[in-house]
Amino acid sequence: MSMLSTADWRLTFFEIVAGRSPGAGEQLLQSVLAIALVFLPGVLLLAMFAIWWERKVAGRMQSRPGPNRVGPIGVLQSLADGMKLLLKEDLKPAVADSILFRLAPYVSFAPVFAAFLALPFAPNLTFEPRLNSGVFWILAVLGVEIMGVILAGWASNNKWAIYGAMREACQMVSYEIPLGLSIVVGVMAAGTLNLVELGFLQGGGIHTWIIFRNPFVFLSFFVYFIASLASNKRAPFDLPESESELVAGFHTEYSGMRFAFFFFAEYAAMFVVGSIQTALFLGGWNDPFGFIGHYYTLWISDPVAHRTGLILLNLAGAAIFCGKALAIVFVQMWLRWTLPRPRIDQVLYTCVKVLFPAACVLLVGAAIWQMLVPSWQGASLIENPLPWVHYNPLSWADWSRGGATTALIVQSLLALVGVSLAGAMALWVAYAFVTGRTRRQRLSEPHPIPEPA
Amino acid sequence: MHLAILTTSLVPVILFYLFAGIAGASALGVVLARDIVRTAVFLLFTLVGVAGLYFLLNSEFLAAVQLVVYVGGTLILVIFGIMLTSRAPTSRFEPRRGEVIVAIIAGVFILAALVTAIRSAHFRSDIPEAQKAYPVAALGEALLGEYLVPFELASVVLLVVMIGAAYLARARRRDDQHAPRGAASRTQLSTPLNPEP
Amino acid sequence: MQIGLNHYLILAAFIFVCGLLSMMVKRNAIGILMGVELILNAANINLVAFNRFAHAVGPDHKPLLDGQIFAIFVILLAAAEAAVALAIFLNYYNNFTTIDVEPAQTLKG
Repeated sequence: MSMLSTADWRLTFFEIVAGRSPGAGEQLLQSVLAIALVFLPGVLLLAMFAIWWERKVAGRMQSRPGPNRVGPIGVLQSLADGMKLLLKEDLKPAVADSILFRLAPYVSFAPVFAAFLALPFAPNLTFEPRLNSGVFWILAVLGVEIMGVILAGWASNNKWAIYGAMREACQMVSYEIPLGLSIVVGVMAAGTLNLVELGFLQGGGIHTWIIFRNPFVFLSFFVYFIASLASNKRAPFDLPESESELVAGFHTEYSGMRFAFFFFAEYAAMFVVGSIQTALFLGGWNDPFGFIGHYYTLWISDPVAHRTGLILLNLAGAAIFCGKALAIVFVQMWLRWTLPRPRIDQVLYTCVKVLFPAACVLLVGAAIWQMLVPSWQGASLIENPLPWVHYNPLSWADWSRGGATTALIVQSLLALVGVSLAGAMALWVAYAFVTGRTRRQRLSEPHPIPEPA
Repeated sequence: MHLAILTTSLVPVILFYLFAGIAGASALGVVLARDIVRTAVFLLFTLVGVAGLYFLLNSEFLAAVQLVVYVGGTLILVIFGIMLTSRAPTSRFEPRRGEVIVAIIAGVFILAALVTAIRSAHFRSDIPEAQKAYPVAALGEALLGEYLVPFELASVVLLVVMIGAAYLARARRRDDQHAPRGAASRTQLSTPLNPEP
Repeated sequence: MQIGLNHYLILAAFIFVCGLLSMMVKRNAIGILMGVELILNAANINLVAFNRFAHAVGPDHKPLLDGQIFAIFVILLAAAEAAVALAIFLNYYNNFTTIDVEPAQTLKG
């Protein structure tokens, strides 16, 4: 329980608020309370919000209002659905394997929840900031979810459920390859697997975000996005739960709260996958101008004096992180209600013959790029843990001193491309939202065929 | 929790017994379970328990590798094998009683011998204080530096295994000369995904 | 009481014996494969425990990684061996119509 050492930049929230290191019992209590009072309700609330949001987005894209009866804009719809699912009769098929049938929803949900514990919401709001293999840990734990789905399909003792489970296992396992390779491209550009360090690396402004480091990482972001859609069983790769083909896929026999667990797992996994993309590629908790990085490095040298500032900074960072992750979740939902569903062999073709070679090429290209183009030396994590502490965004001398002018030009150009793409998408969505409300629904043929006389 | 706490309080002891209990009980479950899918689920819990033990031994990268490769790869493969080779989902084979007795006696003897050997040996067992987790960068440098030859050999082995397993387990056409002539060769039982024209 | 090397070694011995029993007792070929996986896991626990306790720090005071790297290779090769074993089991199933290993006596006598 000592006073904080100012050289220790990895402080937890407790240390900032209370001004001292916690004791052993306090640490245990803090961990348990964080999981019970923050993470678990947070995940459940997030899933309920995502379910409502998906139905609203689906409705708007199909020119209908979506849920709008329960609550102001239908916000309490998820609550009503949750209550309905809780009160439903607990059905279990007589020929189903009883223990495995009951176990499968938890085996599906628990790994996704474990992945939540590694996410870097803010510099000091991470559950375990010293997890040195953070990115890889999340990837590993999302792979355990496959077992839950297979168990669900097998334990139902139902032909359609088994088909869905086997398709899903095939798909998820195959897509882990381009998933991993595109993550490796990003990690190569960053140089670390630790999620908190990744956030610090991207604190110098939008041109320091890892997605803009070199064009290969830019493309591997999209490869990762597509692969993560498939590994999440999200459309257009939602064959495992294809509602029109397999009754309901692997969760055909599930009803009530068990069914709800699968959906919690799915929406939580969507958020986790969006968070990986945010943390690794899109800047984590940093805003595009680098203010959070700048003020954090200013204030962290004296945490006791700037306590409220640091707390507000952390909360703002967490809000930015969640906002970016939810933006990616929105794009996932957008794609679900836009694209048709390919066959299973087309899905596997995309994985093995399109994404996997693309990921390999990007890997080799990124490696060669990093060998040839020097990056800014001050951003190395080996010298100092806060890379941008002496960074002046208005001086180019920092960059040219290390021969990193090419890097600066490329990063700025890519940042321009990225900002214009994102801006165009945002404008498009806003335009559709605005005009969709006023367009009248077509209830009859525009040019009716004239009746024969 | 800070890693400094891991060597100085009761928490690592509780965590060790928790993960060791999961791993040990599930290993026992693998032996005792009759249904093959339940055996696979017990194996899943064993592997997860062992991954937790790797965490306690400061090897987080290895724990993640265990989860990715063993649980997300090998176990899925095993479950696919179970699904492809089980004629009825609840068929189970009982071992003969003589075999079980011999196995139990042998197992008890071997366990007693191992435990006696462990207890009587004096391994150098220093518990360094507050050791930080092993840096992942050092693992990478070692794999591509000191252990480069085994690394490349392992990739060659994986390539050979991939080709071999894919060839051995290929779906056979009706006029395949190399197909096994057993009563239940898969050309008759399985429905191919793309039916031949 | 602190957790030492012996705790991990005894646990690994127990898992080893469980894997051995599984190989001896199971009639389903895939059950035998699972026994092999248990044995490999027990060996891995031994390797990583020795890495952590017995030779944790090298002469230049940097942590030694040999046990972990050995364990990584063991996991790798276990996955490869499981793939080949399952391919063999599929062929066995095609030939004998069952995954039971009792009928595998065609070379006997």
